[in-house]
Amino acid sequence: MPLIAGGVGIFVLAGVVFGVTYFGSPKFTDVGYRPIQPIAYSHKLHAGDLGMDCRYCHTAVEVSAKATVPPTQTCMNCHVICMPESEKLLPVRDSWAKKEALEWVRVHKIPDYAVFDHSAHINRGVGCTSCHGRIDQMEVVMQVQPLSMGWCLNCHRNPDMHLRPLDQVTNMEWIAPDDQLLLAEQFKLERNINPPTDCTGCHR
Amino acid sequence: MIFNLFNNWISPKTMSIVPLLLAVMAMGCQGKPFEKPPIHPNPNMDTQNRYNPQSSSDFFADGMTMRMPVPGTVAQGELNENSAYYRGVDDQGNFVTDNSVELTDELLLRGQARYNIYCSPCHSRVGDGKGIITQYKYPIPPTSFHSDIVRQMDDGYFFSVITNGVRNMPSYKHQIPVDDRWAIVAYVRALQHSQNASLSDIPVAARQELSR
Repeated sequence: MPLIAGGVGIFVLAGVVFGVTYFGSPKFTDVGYRPIQPIAYSHKLHAGDLGMDCRYCHTAVEVSAKATVPPTQTCMNCHVICMPESEKLLPVRDSWAKKEALEWVRVHKIPDYAVFDHSAHINRGVGCTSCHGRIDQMEVVMQVQPLSMGWCLNCHRNPDMHLRPLDQVTNMEWIAPDDQLLLAEQFKLERNINPPTDCTGCHR
Repeated sequence: MIFNLFNNWISPKTMSIVPLLLAVMAMGCQGKPFEKPPIHPNPNMDTQNRYNPQSSSDFFADGMTMRMPVPGTVAQGELNENSAYYRGVDDQGNFVTDNSVELTDELLLRGQARYNIYCSPCHSRVGDGKGIITQYKYPIPPTSFHSDIVRQMDDGYFFSVITNGVRNMPSYKHQIPVDDRWAIVAYVRALQHSQNASLSDIPVAARQELSR
C-alpha cells in the first residue's frame, strides 16, 4: 500500500508541476489572445495586400513609448470616398459623425509595473515582427509572443537576430541575411545598443 | 493474475481522476486562439488602477483619458508664429515659393521615407497618381505630380495641401509633423525632376557617363 500511495503521489506531484508550468505560463494564458474588435478591420488587407506601412496609422511609434491606435480620422482619410456605403464600416462612420472614439480592444499588453518604449526599440532597428509576428497575414490581430519577462530577457541578452537596417524595421517580410551576426555587431556599435538586463531597466 | 492486478490497480477511486484529466485536456494547448481577456493565475499588479495612454475613463464625460487642450489656449512653444514654416504662406497670404527648410541629402532621404509611408498608397512611389488604392475600390484617381500645372505650383502650396488637404485629399497634419511635411515637399520636387529632366540639368562632368 505505501508503495502504491507513493507511486500515485509522484504522479500527482508531476501532474501539478506540469499543470502549473504549462497552463500557468504566459505561453498559455496570453499567447493566442485574439479579441473581437468593434469593426472587422483586416490587417491582412491593409498592411498585407495594400502594403501600407505600419506607421501610416501607428504614427507615434517612432517618437513615443506607445505605438498608438489611430483615431477615426485616419480611417476616414480614405473611407470618405472608399466604400462609403459599406455595412462593415458603419461603426467607423458612426464614430466619425458622433465624434466618439472607436473602442478598440487592446491586444498586446505588458504588466503595468514594466516599462516598454516602442521608440527605443524601433530606432535601434528591432523589427515590428519580432514581437508582433506577421501582422500582415492576420485578418484579426492575435498575440503570438508571450511578452513575459523571460521572453524579453532572451532578446535583451542576445538581440543579434532581431537587429535590422533602420529602413527595414516595418518590413513584414524581412529575413535575417546570412551575415546577420556580423551586421548585428556593426549595428550594436553604430547605434550604441546595450540592452539593460538589470531590474531597473524595465521596472522603474 | 496480471489482469487481476491491472483491474485492481485501476480502482473506481483511481478512475475518478479521469474527469480531471479530461478537464485539463479541454483547456487546450499553448497558443490556441481565444477571445476572452487573458486570465493570469497570479494577477500581481499587472493591471493597476491608473490611466494608460488612450485608455477609457469613467471620470470624464466623453469617456476618454487623454484630454484636448482647453479651447482658446496655446501650449508653450506652439504659438507657431513663423507663417512660412508652419503654414507655407508669407505674411500677405501668398504661398512661399521655396522650401522653408534647408535642402540636404538627409532631408531628401527623410522625405522619401515619409512619402513612401503616407503618400504612396494613393500617389504611388513615383508620384504618377496610380497608387495601390486605385486598384481597389477607390473611384477617384489621385493627382499625378507630373503635369505642367502641378510642376508650376509653389513649394508652399504643396505644404499647404499636405497640411490642410485639398478637394478629396484629407489633411495630413495629424499624421505628419511640420518638418517631415517640408521633407516630403522636397522629395516631391525630386520626383518631378526625375520624370522631367533634360541634359542641361545634369552636371557637365556627369554627362560623359550618360553618353557612353
